[in-house]
Amino acid sequence: MLRFLVRRTLGAVVILLFISAFTFFLFFAIPHDPALLSCGKNCTPDNLKTIHHNLGLDHPVPVQYYLFMVRIFTGHHFAAGNCPAPCFGYSFANSEPVWPTLIDRLPTTLSLALGSMVVFLLFGLGTGMLAAWRRGSAVDKVLSSASLVLSSMQIYFVGPLVLALLVYNNHILDQPKYVPLTQNPVHWFSGLIIPWCVLSILFTANYTRMARSTMIEQLQEEHVRTARAKGMSGAYVFFRYAWRGSLIPIVTILGIDLGSLLGGAMITEWTFQLTGLGRLAIDSVTKTDLPMLMGVMLFSSAMIVLFNILVDAVYAFIDPRIRLS
Amino acid sequence: MSNDISLSKAPAAARAAEPPGETLLEVRGLAKHFPVMGGFPFKRQVGAVKAVDGVDLTVRAGESFGLVGESGCGKSTTGRLVTRLLEPTAGSISYRGRDITHASRKELAPVRSEIQMIFQDPYSSLNPRQTVGTIIRGPMEINGIEPPGGREQRVRELLETVGLNPEHYNRFPHEFSGGQRQRIGVARALALEPKLIVADEPVSALDVSIQAQVVNLLQQVQRELGIAFLFIAHDLAIVRHFSERVAVMYLGKIVEVGDRDSIYLRPRHPYTHALLSAVPEADLTDGGTERERIRLAGDVPSPVNPPSGCHFRTRCWKATEVCAAEEPPLVRLGGSAEGHLTACHHPEEPTITGRTEDVVLDPALAAIEDALDDVGGVDGVGDGEDFQDGAGSAAGRP
Amino acid sequence: MTTMTTPEDAAPKAAQGAFLSVRDLYVRFSTEDGIVKAVDGLSFDLQRGQTLGIVGESGSGKSVTNLAVLGLHNPATTEIAGEIVLDGQELTGASNRTLERLRGNRMAMIFQDSLTALSPYYTVGRQIAEPYVKHRGASKREGRERAIEMLEKVGIPQPRLRVDDYPHQFSGGMRQRAMIAMALVCNPDLLIADEPTTALDVTVQAQILDLLSDLQQEFGSAIILITHDLGVVSKVADDLLVMYAGRAVERGSTRQLLTEPQHPYTWGLLGSMPRLMSDVNEQLTPIPGAPPSLLAPPPGCAFHPRCGYTDLVGGGRCAVQRPDLPLGRGSACHLTDQQKRSVFIETIQPRLG
Repeated sequence: MLRFLVRRTLGAVVILLFISAFTFFLFFAIPHDPALLSCGKNCTPDNLKTIHHNLGLDHPVPVQYYLFMVRIFTGHHFAAGNCPAPCFGYSFANSEPVWPTLIDRLPTTLSLALGSMVVFLLFGLGTGMLAAWRRGSAVDKVLSSASLVLSSMQIYFVGPLVLALLVYNNHILDQPKYVPLTQNPVHWFSGLIIPWCVLSILFTANYTRMARSTMIEQLQEEHVRTARAKGMSGAYVFFRYAWRGSLIPIVTILGIDLGSLLGGAMITEWTFQLTGLGRLAIDSVTKTDLPMLMGVMLFSSAMIVLFNILVDAVYAFIDPRIRLS
Repeated sequence: MSNDISLSKAPAAARAAEPPGETLLEVRGLAKHFPVMGGFPFKRQVGAVKAVDGVDLTVRAGESFGLVGESGCGKSTTGRLVTRLLEPTAGSISYRGRDITHASRKELAPVRSEIQMIFQDPYSSLNPRQTVGTIIRGPMEINGIEPPGGREQRVRELLETVGLNPEHYNRFPHEFSGGQRQRIGVARALALEPKLIVADEPVSALDVSIQAQVVNLLQQVQRELGIAFLFIAHDLAIVRHFSERVAVMYLGKIVEVGDRDSIYLRPRHPYTHALLSAVPEADLTDGGTERERIRLAGDVPSPVNPPSGCHFRTRCWKATEVCAAEEPPLVRLGGSAEGHLTACHHPEEPTITGRTEDVVLDPALAAIEDALDDVGGVDGVGDGEDFQDGAGSAAGRP
Repeated sequence: MTTMTTPEDAAPKAAQGAFLSVRDLYVRFSTEDGIVKAVDGLSFDLQRGQTLGIVGESGSGKSVTNLAVLGLHNPATTEIAGEIVLDGQELTGASNRTLERLRGNRMAMIFQDSLTALSPYYTVGRQIAEPYVKHRGASKREGRERAIEMLEKVGIPQPRLRVDDYPHQFSGGMRQRAMIAMALVCNPDLLIADEPTTALDVTVQAQILDLLSDLQQEFGSAIILITHDLGVVSKVADDLLVMYAGRAVERGSTRQLLTEPQHPYTWGLLGSMPRLMSDVNEQLTPIPGAPPSLLAPPPGCAFHPRCGYTDLVGGGRCAVQRPDLPLGRGSACHLTDQQKRSVFIETIQPRLG
């Protein structure tokens, strides 16, 4: 098991190296000079050249990439300001290093994404299993068609709708805002409840359908029939045997869905004016703040890679065939 | 070499003594090792599944040669190596005197049309999106063969040969039953007028009543068209029914080979004895001759780490130190017929009738039978000693 | 053994004294293509401690029958009619709770493919202990001890270590032994083995078959052995029932069926399988054609389209009238006893060599 995790982590490091190199070179393919931003209104070619030098833009791209990677560990003193390790670059638009900004925004996005994951797993898997348990009944039909309708609801449509109905017109819920969990758990919860629900609508619908179909499939497995042949009760067979087997496909899809969950979180942040990583990314694009954008991209891909290692570990936990091979 | 068997002839000499008939396929020392990946922290090859581990066999023109063994013995891999669907790790394959062991695609082309294969599963071995006509015509098109009367005419003839209605030319495989699909597979194999057909478990996926139809068809094809067969199967009775010569494989090696009667009536290798005695046989007469009862313990070991020396020794009731130290050569033993080769240090008596004491190695069986039969008739594990020197006398029998 | 009553007193009522009695069992599935008549009027009896072999090809209804006995069919798509009486208790209309109490306790089943029939997620020991814990009210600890004892009984080496292994860590033969241990853990009165050795190698098959019949002597269970292989069944069964297209076509003791078979389908099965001792120069005599679709089985005798003896019956009776199968020794065929005997002796027996 430990070997497995170590091997996966080594692999993850390689993947991250590839991602960083790819993003780095991608940015330099953009026909835009980041030095112009710091240059201001009275920009002369001489000024520009100095800034180029200060930013290290006069080096060839591979050297810049090398310096970028080294500075993550060593830190660097830019002309515009100090950037201690881990230094993921220096944002000239905000005049601050990238890393502290990322750390500052992370809790919002993490709260949003993980919270909505809890919501859609609870509701999605719950209703899916209920539909599978009562397969063919009216309950099954209602749940199945509801999930079909919900799966066509987009965040940017549902978000404003919910805001208008529940917050502005009827004042049932608070205006969404982020309060750190450590500061006030109740406000943290009440501030995020709307974004969680809106973000998880699509996922809930998908997981309902998936849980239903995998459960139905599992219930037809031969080992499930064997359990029934042993006289195990219906509920026992359902939860201990069929449910256990359907975890594998669900976890697999969950691992794949992480990327779109983060993407969804970004749209949600934008919809509800939450200051998370998503907002940061969108702002950086509009301001052409390349170091910041690069930081966000690297950071979110690292999160996805990390989470996938976690998913693999969960696999091994669920399935002894993986654990013991 | 152990001294309790008398070698009348070296293997080479045994081959020379084979009756005339053009040698079609000659396989020497054939091996196929599949890599096993593992290791830490980086994956690398840490071992090999020795699926086929030094196989010699000869198939003559027009002959039906059976290859029998349990799962994991390498019989199917051997078939795929011979047809060069797999690349051999070692050894040589020659077809009509031509070495094709590592022949390239281009060099193989003329040979490919002469060696055809019939697969086990009639459902997955036919492309569901092609009509029967297209499937059977395929080999002719690939090899650019234009038979007199045209390809379609030839396909219709083939359909008739295998007992299908030629008018079903434009139907799809799913419109046929399992047995009929296997007939389509046979027709496809016959399309290029091959000299050798490798049939890998051609009937084991079929129902009993349908099996017999396909066996009869294959037999008719083999006899009337003079096509040699390498017939691979796990069912000993079907192999016996179909094959003039039979080789028994165990864990990647041939342990015994000979003509049908030698293998089925006068086997020498303990494994062949065990196999034959394990076949559940419906006795259709009142009280036939009693057959010996041998019950081995456990399953076939993994081909990743086969036992040293004789591969069968870990399940053999006669194994001694020499079996672990030396790999027994596949040779003709004294008292065996010509062409009957056995790889064993302590061969058995050439008979399959019941012995005075059953060989029961399975601990659970032995325990229950001891308990049920308190008189003590069942005592298999201790039999080894008595038989060891008996082998010497067995070798001297006519 | 099956009750060898004469046809006259073969009343449709469940036989007295039989441990398992099945009368006029009908099993129908509704599928997208229509109604599948999987079992069509089947009756048989089984006594304690005896083994009944049910022989047939795929689609003959032999497996479906036994799933119905255990109540393992899907109630939403399956319609069952007839009587299944286990030791005086009617099972066809029984509640789920009643069936759950019987399954794994008084009646148990061994499936063909031990790799898919055992759950990959739980240890072998746990899976063996489960029915013991449920039906006997044993503690987890007692269940584990019982599992070790059972593993030892079926010949798993080092059972104390292997009890915590997962099924994929066992070889095929060992898994099938574990399945037998699981089925026998509560000393069931009835054991149904559905092709228990088909997926196994021949040397392992021999071990398992011997083990089954040895264990039967010890446990005294009645066994229903379902198989397509007459060879397998001839080693173990006391009585045989041959099924074709959802119906029983012949029944009798194993000896009777093998030495003087009466039904043309049984003749066909015997002629289809080569044996180690048969004459190799004698061609196999297959049954022509293929088994019928159970969506629309042929009228009259279901076997008549493939039968070579309909002319002997004459009058097109085979295609119209369905022959009955008596409860004792007999066959569901319109040929007279005299005809059956003479056809077998003159044409069939010589070919079987």
